[in-house]
Amino acid sequence: MAKIYSKKSLVTRTMKPRKEVVSFLLNYSKALSMIEIDNHSFEIISN
Amino acid sequence: MANIQPPDALLVQNYVAGNEEALSTLIKRHESRIYGFIYSKISDRDISNDIFQDTFIKVIKTLKSNSYNEEGKFLPWVMRISHNLIIDHFRKNKKMPLFRETEEFSIFSIMSDDSPTIENKIISDQVERDIKKLIEELPLDQKEVLVMRMYQDMSFKEISEITGVSINTSLGRMRYALMNLRKVIDKHQIVLTN
Repeated sequence: MAKIYSKKSLVTRTMKPRKEVVSFLLNYSKALSMIEIDNHSFEIISN
Repeated sequence: MANIQPPDALLVQNYVAGNEEALSTLIKRHESRIYGFIYSKISDRDISNDIFQDTFIKVIKTLKSNSYNEEGKFLPWVMRISHNLIIDHFRKNKKMPLFRETEEFSIFSIMSDDSPTIENKIISDQVERDIKKLIEELPLDQKEVLVMRMYQDMSFKEISEITGVSINTSLGRMRYALMNLRKVIDKHQIVLTN
């Protein structure tokens, strides 16, 4: 019985990524700068 | 007062111009849809988080290197990136080790066919038919709820809306339907196993 009644849809609307992931992305974005020299693109990550 | 939100294109423009807050707004605005989309394909929270992260790393790199052109819209573009990463993930996991047939080792020693045999198929068809016959014997209101729930995969909320009764009544009918089925199965000693 419990098995039948507890069936839920896989995706709920409130699904969100972990806070740490978002925080990492924002910090990564702040630290990353791209420069282009002679048609070559360089990524610089500042600490 | 109406809360006016800047469009994605303006946020992208601001981010490219160096406003880091714009990225935070973009992520907050779309995180649920993008993560939900990834999770619907992957069904694993940790891997979904990884793919979400990789998606936005690509987004950040593309925007910072000025390679993004506003031909399409921001969200479909990000969804496309995540879609490609999902495909990459499945491709990577499909890579199988290579086995060569030798005298000591035969590939058939580790391979097996998990599909049901003809006998199993016949038995499960028979069980299926027996269950359908038993369901036909149920009172109409119970039969209706059981068929909608089990065969049409509807939620109790949907069932209650269609049948015009409360969710509790639908749940009760389902419960009685299952109890009645069990009673008949016990009474006639019907074997419903494969």
